[in-house]
Amino acid sequence: MTVTPLGIPRRLLEFTIDGEPARVPEGSTVLDACRAAGKDIPTLCEGDTLRPKNACRVCVVEVEGSRTLVPACSRRAEPGMEVRTDTERARHSRKIVLELLASSVDLSTTPKVAEWIKEYEAKPDRFGPGAARLHEEPKVDNELYVRDYDKCILCYKCVDACGDQWQNTFAISVAGRGFDARIAVEHEAPLTDSACVYCGNCIEVCPTGALSFRSEFDMRAAGTWDESRQSETTTVCAYCGVGCNLTLHVQDNEIVKVTSPHDNPVTHGNLCIKGRFGYQHVQNRG
Amino acid sequence: MRNRQPKTYTRLTRPLVRDSRDEPFREASWEEALDRAARGLDRHRGAFGMFSCARATNEMNYVAQKFARVVMGTNNVDSCNRTCHAPSVAGLSAAFGSGGGTSSYEEIEHTDVIVMWGSNARFAHPIFFQHALKGIRNGARMYAVDPRRTSTAEWAESWLGLNVGTDIPMAHAIGREIIHAGLVNEAFVERATSGFEEYRRLVEPWTLSLAEKVTGVPARAIRELAHAYARAERAQLCWTLGITEHHNGTDNVRALINLSLLTGHVGRYGSGLQPLRGQNNVQGGGDMGAIPNRLPGFQDILDADVRLKFESAWDTVIQPHYGLNLTEMFEAMEEGSLRAVYCIGENPAQSEADSEQAVRRLRALDFLVVQDIFLTKTAELADVVLPATAGWAETDGTTTNSERRVQRVRRAVTPPGEAREDIDIICELAARLGHDWKYADAQAVWNELRSVSPDHYGMTYERLAEHQGIQWPCPSTQRLEPTYLHGRLWEKDPERRGAAAPFGLVQHDPPVDLTDEEYPIRLTTGRRLDSYNTGVQSGGFASPLRRGEYVELCPEDAERYGVVVGEEVRVSSRRGSVVAPVWVDTALRPGLAFMTMHFPDEVDTNQLTIEANCPIAGTAEFKASAIRIEKLPAVTYVG
Repeated sequence: MTVTPLGIPRRLLEFTIDGEPARVPEGSTVLDACRAAGKDIPTLCEGDTLRPKNACRVCVVEVEGSRTLVPACSRRAEPGMEVRTDTERARHSRKIVLELLASSVDLSTTPKVAEWIKEYEAKPDRFGPGAARLHEEPKVDNELYVRDYDKCILCYKCVDACGDQWQNTFAISVAGRGFDARIAVEHEAPLTDSACVYCGNCIEVCPTGALSFRSEFDMRAAGTWDESRQSETTTVCAYCGVGCNLTLHVQDNEIVKVTSPHDNPVTHGNLCIKGRFGYQHVQNRG
Repeated sequence: MRNRQPKTYTRLTRPLVRDSRDEPFREASWEEALDRAARGLDRHRGAFGMFSCARATNEMNYVAQKFARVVMGTNNVDSCNRTCHAPSVAGLSAAFGSGGGTSSYEEIEHTDVIVMWGSNARFAHPIFFQHALKGIRNGARMYAVDPRRTSTAEWAESWLGLNVGTDIPMAHAIGREIIHAGLVNEAFVERATSGFEEYRRLVEPWTLSLAEKVTGVPARAIRELAHAYARAERAQLCWTLGITEHHNGTDNVRALINLSLLTGHVGRYGSGLQPLRGQNNVQGGGDMGAIPNRLPGFQDILDADVRLKFESAWDTVIQPHYGLNLTEMFEAMEEGSLRAVYCIGENPAQSEADSEQAVRRLRALDFLVVQDIFLTKTAELADVVLPATAGWAETDGTTTNSERRVQRVRRAVTPPGEAREDIDIICELAARLGHDWKYADAQAVWNELRSVSPDHYGMTYERLAEHQGIQWPCPSTQRLEPTYLHGRLWEKDPERRGAAAPFGLVQHDPPVDLTDEEYPIRLTTGRRLDSYNTGVQSGGFASPLRRGEYVELCPEDAERYGVVVGEEVRVSSRRGSVVAPVWVDTALRPGLAFMTMHFPDEVDTNQLTIEANCPIAGTAEFKASAIRIEKLPAVTYVG
């Protein structure tokens, strides 16, 4: 007998979202169904290449018969479910989550969060200037990427990408408990003394820019980072025969960042140090 | 104190020429450089060799081999596939008629047993290894066969640390154990293979205890691997250069293929053979015909019908015999029968085994044109240097990966200065030599290739984009083929089953460079995670992991020689001698040392390696040299 089942064809489930009928394949999440129906549900800790972590609670929706709000990112769709995405209760909960996060974390480089704050009328300032923040300097301890703890929302995506879900390097984990919890390498050492292999697969999944390319960090500091002037071109890595797809982010004819398409059959969004950071030789133009 | 900064290379932006090798280069116009190159090549028709590039696109390789065959009238075209996986191609095509890996990456996630043989994929192919890790997390058991206890082996159920160059005894002992335990897939062997009886007699002497003596691996570990592999519902056998970079690399590959034939682990979903290729387009270069024995689409030059097809497509006459491979071209330089070389994007002066000999041979050429993005050590020997574009970021086209997936390469940045695309340059030279080829763009080249290669016919650029790459064979524009090759072997109808896959009757032949009292240590070579080949590309970025070149020893040997980490020692083989600092690695065993070829400007490891070549594929025995370590009189430490 083979140990790994190949699975069976999946049924379509029928249920309703905001009163409209929805059909999704068995195993899909409520979030999948909402996105398919064109509903914009905010998400932060959800990752398309990672298993749901239920950490941020910003994607909550109401399900008829459920005592509590449910996280859309992890709840599987069930036949006959009645999902409501835009109720007062769900909106209020998202608003509080956004207020708590935005008051304690620097979300200035988090895509779309400004729109959500506006949409949900969140007022992060209402906790006053004394709201708890880390106020730490970004950790710049190597040439390739930077860790800015002021921007970390503890979503654990980096830990999962580094750990058993993709990279299996286990260089980082959650240290401490409660308010003291933070992502750390062993003994809070500099990255260069850790097990890190600089694949950058943590940067790929980070939703807030707490982890960023050194190139992006330096350009932001210099005020030259401008995504509106960047092009994204997907090509193939030249470092070995595996054939990883690289998306080169280019500004003013300089490669400034490298990502990989998350739906790519070769990489699933992951790269190694050479693919993600080894582009500089092309632009040593003398 | 040696300089630990890796050499960084600056892009070439203008053509360079010189009248004699004693002069320095001077910058020239494209007109002048191309005219000189064309004249130089024209003078040496009949004594010409083309080094195509396993790193450039399929389209470039197609045009390069066409240049050799149509413009220069020779099949002397090859690339650095010769220094890595040519034995895999030779072995697989001898068994199955096709030189590609038989499975897809995704299948290893759904297999039951994974054998990684002579492969440190965790370092050398990290993203492939993520697929393997998925398989392990799904319940697959992995076995690592490697002289070193690599970071790949750390994930294995069992590590079989065999002596360098004893792969065939190990494989034969596994085969014998499978036969004696009654685990042969008899239906498959009978229907789809030939030569089983001879194979059975061949492996009969290789008892587990004899194999233990020769390989150094405990008999019960060999037995366990044999049973796990044979009993698995699905199994993947993967290998890298630990198998191929030997003087009998093709035999090694055949010995592994035998195990898949014995057990029927080929031609089914999740069961297959996976040689992991070292360069982005080493598969594609061969598929495009940039090898001396095949025309585009891996079609045999000796087949008159195939030749006729290409002769009418290209309006030319194709030499009805195989050309010289890279290794033979270097030998022909020595004999003086090869006088001119057009080298595109390769650095043989540093990548060939016994690099001093390679440089001497390149120097002796009458005419050398090098087309590259950097002034490499090879380019420094040239008469004309043509500045090219970086295939993967500055041109459009396709490359083919280890799972035969043809994927689009796209231009993302503008090349510097006057650097030009490879295809343009080759076409300019072809025009000067009387062949006016017109290709509007890479797609036009690709469509010409599609028209002559049935395996690529169904892959339009639109489909390649739509499917994020398509695996060959893809004969139809409407359909996709299965992810694995050779499903035909399982057909009941003999007609559809086609030719039987022969067992390879190969004998053990130990490494050429024997260890003795004078050279007691076995040196093997390989890659590190953050560096690549001769370091010309990877030297360009600041890796926190990089520590330069070391000779790595096990703790016992370091103690025996009285050396410590960072201490510089003299490392000598029968061919050359280098000075390198010591690193101590517990993954090694007494008598086994390890070095890479990533920092040749710092420590030229290939001065030590032996140019003992596989007679079938021409690959040198990079994996097995005999060396000795000597303390230097005045000790210097490297921090």
